[in-house]
Amino acid sequence: MEHIVIIGNGISGVTAARHIRKLSDKKITIISSETDHFFSRTALMYIYMGHMKYEHTKPYEDYFWKKNRIDLKRGFVKSVTPQKKELQLADGERMKYDKLIIAVGSKSNKFGWPGQDLDGVQGLYSFQDLETLEKNAPSNKVCKRAVIVGGGLIGIELAEMLSTRDIPVTFLVRENSFWNGVLPDGESQMLNRHIKNHHIDLRLGMNLKEILADENGRTRAVVIAETGEELACDIVGLTAGVSPNVDFLKDSEIELGRGVKVNRFLETNCEDVYAIGDCAEQHEAIGNRRPIEAVWYTGRMMGETVAQTICGNKLEYKPGHWFNSAKFFDIEYQTYGWVFANKKEYEAHFHWKHEDDTKCITIAYHKETEEFLGINTFGIRMKHEVFDRWLNEKRDVNYVVKHLKLANFDPEFYAHFEKEILSAFTNRYTIA
Amino acid sequence: MLISKKRYFQPLLTDTQLPNNMSTIQRNMSLTGEPPKTINTQQKIATLIGMAGLIILLLAAFNLNFPNKSFWLATSLTSIFLGILWFTRAAYQNKLEGIKNDGVWFKSISSRGYLGWITGIVLTGFYILLYFFPQYLGLQQGSDNRGLIALFDPLSKLLNGNPASQWFVYGTLYTIAILAFGIKFIWKYRHNRYEKIRTISVMFFQTAFAFLIPEFMARLNSDTFSLPYYDLKNIWPLNYYNFEQYRIDSFISAGDIGLGLLIFGIVSIFVITPILTYKFGKRWYCSWVCGCGGLAETAGDSFRQLSDKSMNAWKIERWVVHSVLVFVVVMTTAVVHSYLGEDTSKYWLTKDTFLLGVGAFLTLLFAGIWFFKRHQLKKDARYGAIGYLIILLILIGMHFTTDKTLFLFEAETLRKSYGFLIGAIFSGVIGTGFYPIFGSRVWCRFGCPMAAILGLQQRLFSKFRITTNGGQCISCGNCSTYCEMGIDVRAYAQKGENIIRASCVGCGICSAVCPRGVLKLENGPLENRIKGNEILLGNDINLMNYVNNK
Repeated sequence: MEHIVIIGNGISGVTAARHIRKLSDKKITIISSETDHFFSRTALMYIYMGHMKYEHTKPYEDYFWKKNRIDLKRGFVKSVTPQKKELQLADGERMKYDKLIIAVGSKSNKFGWPGQDLDGVQGLYSFQDLETLEKNAPSNKVCKRAVIVGGGLIGIELAEMLSTRDIPVTFLVRENSFWNGVLPDGESQMLNRHIKNHHIDLRLGMNLKEILADENGRTRAVVIAETGEELACDIVGLTAGVSPNVDFLKDSEIELGRGVKVNRFLETNCEDVYAIGDCAEQHEAIGNRRPIEAVWYTGRMMGETVAQTICGNKLEYKPGHWFNSAKFFDIEYQTYGWVFANKKEYEAHFHWKHEDDTKCITIAYHKETEEFLGINTFGIRMKHEVFDRWLNEKRDVNYVVKHLKLANFDPEFYAHFEKEILSAFTNRYTIA
Repeated sequence: MLISKKRYFQPLLTDTQLPNNMSTIQRNMSLTGEPPKTINTQQKIATLIGMAGLIILLLAAFNLNFPNKSFWLATSLTSIFLGILWFTRAAYQNKLEGIKNDGVWFKSISSRGYLGWITGIVLTGFYILLYFFPQYLGLQQGSDNRGLIALFDPLSKLLNGNPASQWFVYGTLYTIAILAFGIKFIWKYRHNRYEKIRTISVMFFQTAFAFLIPEFMARLNSDTFSLPYYDLKNIWPLNYYNFEQYRIDSFISAGDIGLGLLIFGIVSIFVITPILTYKFGKRWYCSWVCGCGGLAETAGDSFRQLSDKSMNAWKIERWVVHSVLVFVVVMTTAVVHSYLGEDTSKYWLTKDTFLLGVGAFLTLLFAGIWFFKRHQLKKDARYGAIGYLIILLILIGMHFTTDKTLFLFEAETLRKSYGFLIGAIFSGVIGTGFYPIFGSRVWCRFGCPMAAILGLQQRLFSKFRITTNGGQCISCGNCSTYCEMGIDVRAYAQKGENIIRASCVGCGICSAVCPRGVLKLENGPLENRIKGNEILLGNDINLMNYVNNK
């Protein structure tokens, strides 16, 4: 029986395993050094905040794996030898495979800051990071101030987490406005205000210079590059993005860039070795996407695709329209299609913001053809399926704004803003 | 490999070791601790005020004879009410609108810690006294009340003209709990209009229908006129005694009003309930109107996360709740059968007509479901339905042919057993007493025959469903964790499948706590109500079509 070995038990590897099982009778082994069972990485924050316990973050009950004959192996893969179709574990064990799926995810970026390896400096990606955080910041008595470096999705989650324990947080953001490389100004600025309303000391346009140690080699303070200010703190969260966790493959034959290089079929240069999820790097980016997509949804989609290929239905990875979501403290965010912070030359934006400063949308459309290109929505839930259809149908922006109500996904009895949005949109045209 | 290199020489942790490794999860009896477990100074004072109100009740229960009962009762109830309100204000006033579950699993009260167990034991003890030993609460036969019940005499006399009973004490405290914790719930979910309106609804129905109207109805009664006064929205079979002989007699003897109420009772379950459940799902009752649901949603909100989500719990739930439904049908049939006459010339409805009618109704109902909805029933549902129907029909047949007692037991035995096992032990002692251990909806989920009927209809014949939003689910588990009915909502959401479960009471909390806007409660068309996807929205359209339509 063919043996499929999957390194990594995150959403990518587990989705691949589930679909391979649906399609075939192959022997499947998932190896992970992180946890015994699959858990939702995106839910780590809720464990620290006390919304859930670790067991609640497991999407499948523990009997699921045995029932579906998916073997779970706890171990750390030290190296892979594609010529021999063999991998070596840290404890010396060797394992043969017929097909190998690398789904090892990411690690937090460190950009060579002095002091970045001190005690009390950490990222937030793995379950072990969460345990470290419990040690570093169990309470505001042990951790009197936290500094977070890097204004992205993990950074703001970490800020929210720490603030639930009343730990004062200073948030260093390189850009002049939060996540401004991705979000247009109006949205990004609304989030700046929301972050500050949650009593986060948000420092925009600030970079880390170095992290200072106390006599025990623990984090004592950070120095801010722009001002030279020295800020005392007990923990530094490094959340300036993530990169593929592929160092263990350096001495293998497998071609690496920043991640594991794959073609459109998610195949690496070595036969019967595939890579999916955060750690896979496309030779050429697909459409407007990045070559490396470290997103839950794309990990899942690559898992769905590679399972088909492995089970004899060779398929390209062809993601549909881009979509994503996040939550910034109390404000939910969804995006469908493309809305660029730095507008492409053909791109125009319509922005509407509610007076309560917690809801807004930005619709991107083509300047000449008025084709609808994408939407960012904050504080108003919208339907994935509807926007996916409108993007397929290449609807124009007028149609989309006029029919926005069809896309509303807020709970019953919620106030609706479609009329207000439509009138703002119409007025904008009459004025312009 | 910075994260892992350092680590792989350390012993690997297993799942069972993981939670213990988290230094903050420690349960002690302290109310304080570290944020978010801690409560602030104002909350401490508020707790003290509320407790003072409870202590007055406790002293009364130990027969401390208060000189001015009206004053001390008012003081006690006001302290409890204001204590809860102030606690709420202190908890939420400085927080922005949004989900407020910080520290739920750290706090002793809401994570089966010491406070949780103590609360459970105290509540259970109270229910045991209430149902089985009301004399210890001060109920006296033929003389003036004493103790706790006597303290409530002034209020009872004001409302219905009579001294208090243990049920009046219970009803008053119950209503106060729903009102005060209802306000807390509204404050907590003040960003969510569905939750606000729903909670105002349960607060209204409790205060007006369950508490005040029956008291005023009681006032109408005199020596010449006697009407069963009761909570009009309390529908059979939740109100399992509604068709007992003394009630029927008194309905009929109370003239047009009585007859009207009797007809309303029958119409409620056979006409009103099916129509509303078809349009809105069982939520119109369970989380908008019902008193049991009302308490669970308000006072029980802090315990909703304690429900068991495992597949095993779901299996047990299906067998237990439907068995209770069969039990109540059998019991009620036997009771009604016992007091009907034999002579058609006196009254058209005789013992035999009634029994044949029940048998025919159940058979038709079963045949209808089997014919139209068989493919939607799981294996155990088919076995259960066939098994129970056959047993019932055999028992009815045996009664006709061999003259055996209907259902083998005397009607009175069945009635008493049901009242004791289900009416008292299950719905009261376990259902509410065990809130802090099994979660707030144990009764509704495992025991309520009304919920079972509504659930069957919701599953098979209703416009209600919870829809999911394309491929947006991140499997985080908030929805499942906070489902008070123990539904593994995530299992559906991560497949892009609508959630259509018999047990769902439509509280809307799964949708509220979802961080990615994936869930929505809706009433929609019956076509394609149940659907699942192997491949979620987001991927190659060809792949999605290929796999989903295969």
